[in-house]
Amino acid sequence: MLILECPYCGVKAEETELQAGGEAHLKRFGPGSSDDDFHDYLFMRENPKGVHFERWRHVNGCGKWFHAARCTVTLEVFGTYTAQTSTPPQALLDAISEKRPGWTWREFADASTSHNGEEVAD
Amino acid sequence: MSNAVSVLNGASFDGLAEVKDAGLVGMITLRGDLSSKALAKAVLNVTDCTIPDVRKVAAVNGNTVAWMSPDELLIVTDYQNVDAMVAKLSSALAGEHALVVNVSDARSMLTLSGSGTREVLAKVAPVDFSAEQFQPGDFRRTRLAQVAGAFWLGEAEQMHIICFRSVGQYVFDLLKVAAHSDAVVGVYT
Amino acid sequence: MSNRLAKQGRLIDRSKQIVFTFNGRSMLGHPGDTLASALLANDQMLVGRSFKYHRPRGLVASGSEEPNALVGLGSDNRFEPNQRATTTELFEGLAAQSQNHWPSLEFDVGILNSKLFSRFLTAGFYYKMFIHPKPFWKHIYEPFIRQSAGLGRAPDKELKDADTYEHFYFFADVVVVGGGVAGLQAAKAAAASGAKVLVMEQNAHWGGRAPVDGGTIDGMTADAWVAKTLDELRAMENVTLRDRTMGAGVYDHGYLLGYERLTDHDPSKGGPRHRLWRIRTKQIVTACGAIERPLSFAGNDVPGVMLAAAMRDYVVNWGVTPGKRVVVATNNDDAYRTALILQKAGVEIACILDARRLGGGALAAEARAAGIRVEDGRAIAKVADGKRVSKVAICLQDGEGQSIEEIEADAVAMSGGWSPVVHLWSHCGGKLTWDETQAHFRPDPSRAPTSHDGKPFVVTAGASSGPLELAAVLSDAAQAGATAGEGAGFPAQNLAAVSVEDMPETAMEPVWLMPANADIQHRMKSWLDYQNDVKVSDVQLAAREGFESVEHTKRYTTLGMATDQGKLSNINGLAILADSLGSEIPQVGTTTFRPPYHPISMGAIGGEARGDVFQPLRKTPMYDWHDANGADWEPVGHWRRPFTYLQDGESVQDAVNREVKNTRENLGLLDASTLGKLVVKGPDAGKFLDMMYTNVMSNLKIGKCRYGLMCSENGFLVDDGVVARIDEDAWLCHTTTGGADRIHAHMEEWLQTEWWDMKVFVANLTEQYAQIAVVGPNARKVLEKLGGMDVSKEALPFMEWRDGEIGGFNARAYRISFSGELSYEIAVAASEGQAFWSALMEAGKEFGVMPYGTECLHILRAEKGFIMIGDETDGTVIPQDLNLHWALSKKKDDYLGKRAHTRSHMADPDRWKLVGLETVDGSVLPDGAYAVGNGVNGNGQKNTIGRVTSTYFSSNLNRGIAMGLVKNGPKRMGEVISFPGTDGKTYEAKIVDPVFYDKDGEKQNV
Repeated sequence: MLILECPYCGVKAEETELQAGGEAHLKRFGPGSSDDDFHDYLFMRENPKGVHFERWRHVNGCGKWFHAARCTVTLEVFGTYTAQTSTPPQALLDAISEKRPGWTWREFADASTSHNGEEVAD
Repeated sequence: MSNAVSVLNGASFDGLAEVKDAGLVGMITLRGDLSSKALAKAVLNVTDCTIPDVRKVAAVNGNTVAWMSPDELLIVTDYQNVDAMVAKLSSALAGEHALVVNVSDARSMLTLSGSGTREVLAKVAPVDFSAEQFQPGDFRRTRLAQVAGAFWLGEAEQMHIICFRSVGQYVFDLLKVAAHSDAVVGVYT
Repeated sequence: MSNRLAKQGRLIDRSKQIVFTFNGRSMLGHPGDTLASALLANDQMLVGRSFKYHRPRGLVASGSEEPNALVGLGSDNRFEPNQRATTTELFEGLAAQSQNHWPSLEFDVGILNSKLFSRFLTAGFYYKMFIHPKPFWKHIYEPFIRQSAGLGRAPDKELKDADTYEHFYFFADVVVVGGGVAGLQAAKAAAASGAKVLVMEQNAHWGGRAPVDGGTIDGMTADAWVAKTLDELRAMENVTLRDRTMGAGVYDHGYLLGYERLTDHDPSKGGPRHRLWRIRTKQIVTACGAIERPLSFAGNDVPGVMLAAAMRDYVVNWGVTPGKRVVVATNNDDAYRTALILQKAGVEIACILDARRLGGGALAAEARAAGIRVEDGRAIAKVADGKRVSKVAICLQDGEGQSIEEIEADAVAMSGGWSPVVHLWSHCGGKLTWDETQAHFRPDPSRAPTSHDGKPFVVTAGASSGPLELAAVLSDAAQAGATAGEGAGFPAQNLAAVSVEDMPETAMEPVWLMPANADIQHRMKSWLDYQNDVKVSDVQLAAREGFESVEHTKRYTTLGMATDQGKLSNINGLAILADSLGSEIPQVGTTTFRPPYHPISMGAIGGEARGDVFQPLRKTPMYDWHDANGADWEPVGHWRRPFTYLQDGESVQDAVNREVKNTRENLGLLDASTLGKLVVKGPDAGKFLDMMYTNVMSNLKIGKCRYGLMCSENGFLVDDGVVARIDEDAWLCHTTTGGADRIHAHMEEWLQTEWWDMKVFVANLTEQYAQIAVVGPNARKVLEKLGGMDVSKEALPFMEWRDGEIGGFNARAYRISFSGELSYEIAVAASEGQAFWSALMEAGKEFGVMPYGTECLHILRAEKGFIMIGDETDGTVIPQDLNLHWALSKKKDDYLGKRAHTRSHMADPDRWKLVGLETVDGSVLPDGAYAVGNGVNGNGQKNTIGRVTSTYFSSNLNRGIAMGLVKNGPKRMGEVISFPGTDGKTYEAKIVDPVFYDKDGEKQNV
């Protein structure tokens, strides 16, 4: 049963105080969008083995939604951050790169490696 | 207002701790920018309290202001006083983006007191109640077994507990079970 | 006959006697006894029958690893099956029943079955035997299995458990699981660092095995050292000690379950029976010791064959001996301790059979010096079958089992080496490594379970780490405690090293089969898993049949699947499997260890949630009045709402019919307090609501109301209700009863996670108000009688609201109608709700007032063709299906659901659409019935063309009325379609307009 620290009220909340909200940083597609974009927005989700970004709500607490980055294999939590952003904070991305070199998730990745996972030449 | 009756209508139970209906209590939800000077001034003028820190209450002259979330306060005051206070706050915050609303009747409030207070509450809420971790003035929103609840520790180890009105009886019964005099745990006493 | 020794028994109080019963027979024991030791003292060696073969079984162990001695305890509403005699503390009046036998423990018919059927009961017997022929299952196989298999019987389902239970949340820096010398030493080290430490011991006594096994610590006996260390720990403010508390499971991020048994040892005590500790800790030290392994020889399940260490536990702790003349079989030095202790207690040791060719070390020498016969390289060929040990045949360990000699004996002590208790380490992902020297899996400290920070949070101490000798155990434990303290953020403090004196031991040698080359006759009698009756030959057969994975073999043979989860059988089974596969044990690996370590009660898991507080019951302010006035309660989520109000002698249907007619003709009151009331305020509130609702809310005039629909982003209808514009920047949104919390969360989600730039605040005021629907032709009259606010047609027109005073109550009146009648919904402060309700009932007397319930509400709205969320919708229905196109704004560029409505399936003209349904004969259509059309689908079932969504008897129309979704429904008015019911009848219904009553809406507009 995991614990996430709510970035708003600082409570190290156990899972019974939280509500899972699925994948983070979805881009909304509304009227006028293509069928493919709308379909992907509604239904297509990441299912990574490793680094993942999610939405959680401190439902039995301050009621606020927040974002969490964790490893789906070890349940290591890399950090939690505000829900009012479409990009994870750079410091968090750097911390993940430190711990999981070569990671990728959607458009985000370890900046020191290229997208196919190879080391970028110095 | 002679027709108003609290959910628990004065009920009480004495066991490891005393569980007691706090009766009709005035409560106001104030949503707004807690860092705004106008809001702080309005709250201070109307309640005599400063804006509490995160997960704290501020209590002055019978008014208590609790930190509910980054954009919400709960003001606890005399039941009869609420309409006047709502009006004062609303006019003080005119022009600000804020919401002031009377929620006195939407809640039930209980008190828990006596030496078993921490242990009794630790049976229903996933919170560390050790003396170092939960101190007078600390406020917490969490769950009480299966329902949402909030509480703060006042003076003399008295816990003030708030839940929704519809589950007031459930929370009272829950605390009654937890405070059964044969159910002592013995870690906080 | 008593097996109680004259001396020994460090845990019992011989000055007092306890009377208890086993299978109805009275027996005597002492305080401090377990049920197991007391049974042994009364020479009750036979304690149960085995699972498949119904073989007689006796005690094998002395602790929680015991596989055989499962009993039913207590009676009536305190009866509980499958309780271990070894972990049951004796108390006055304890009543135990043995299990899995018929008609009696002594004479069991099942054993005849097993002789007849045994060739079918090999590995995988369920799969092989019960497949063909199919009809045999119901009449032959199932009754056979039900009669012969299974453990204890379930408690009577009509009886409620008389005990109470509770949870307790606790937070610590370090929790030490296990209160043996290792646990105490680790606790001391962790506590010295300043960490907040909780130590849990599953038994009533501290100290674990050390006081039995001997050796001195710092010049003291183990008992004295334990007492001194406990005193030290008790004196520390940062240490909490709990006995009778088991570490049941380790979970993610330092979550640990503790299972405290408060009154099992003394049911006369009040208070909860069990307490489940829900602990969060930074670090966990597992100091759970090790479990001795049986040896696999023929007849190793005959009552009287016991683990060597358990046998000396019975002697030292409880002063009882399982036999008068004992054979010891071992592959290690430790079992010699049993021989020496038993001999000292006056028990004759017939022989020690040491399977090692070169025999043992110092302890063996001591045994020989004490005059005990010791045979090296020897093994047990067979223990003669029976209800207890009588004869033991001896052979060479290297042979196939030819008997060299037969020895008379009444008990056998066996030791196949020790396995660390790795369960808690493994629960959350700790990995194991194979230790060649000790022939066991032990925790691999380099692959510990990790917590939220990616760092290890479990550390093992003492025998749980692998070492078995006292000195190594204590130094490992001190290190473990310091490591845990450091892991929790407290600087390590070096404890003074302890000095230990103990007998040195020579290396054990693995013995997986005794004798090594035992033939099939012997292997078929060599048990691996006592509780599930799995033998060496079963695992070998599984391997031959291709079960290579240890997890598959477990399921196929049922090895390790019973309530003991293979505590004794695991390693021996793996070794046999590895050998059969021509592989090595580490390559085969172990099965997964899952919590709980040892079964815990369902009561403890449920905690306080039973009786009145099983589930929260949400009550409106008028709940008590309803209850006192005949309410027939209906659960609506956690709310209870009156379905109808029963008057004397009335049936539910009569009451509903009466309420329906009275509300249409006179005056009805409905407690509508459960409807959601969300205030939405801010400069962007109108813009926000235009996104949330399919229709426009921003242009609603202050003082007016508008019915609105909400869709999900998928386009499906999720809620509906009346929205009132309160002032320039505030709206009040009514939701359905079930929608209050859900829609509040839905709004917050969009505001916080998508449109966080919008300046909008939402507050849930649902419970702030008691809301009463005043409905019927006399609605205005009763409000006028109460006086106050002008509620005339002119002052308060339909779909408007006003604030004011009614009968002295501050009230807000909404002129809205969900019934088609003249109707007001009046909101007053919840605390005054009951008073206002009473005032309406009193004033309404002369106008024929009656309260009405949810069923009447449903009928009134169905007569008017109004939809109900949850009836007409089920998460797949869009507003267009319900002919609600008028509520879908064409002016707005965007709202939730708008894009989805243009998807091809949503725009399909063949979607099922809402119509009214009238049975041809006036009867009531069955709820949820499907209409069938022509042709069949791919499964040969008739094609469906529609279904019933709401169906009622209308007392106003004196016939059944229904609504349903029908393919091309609105185009098929007047057509009759068929609804086959589950009652075998087929209902014919005509498609009609869904508005059955007052089509022009004249009644509500007066």
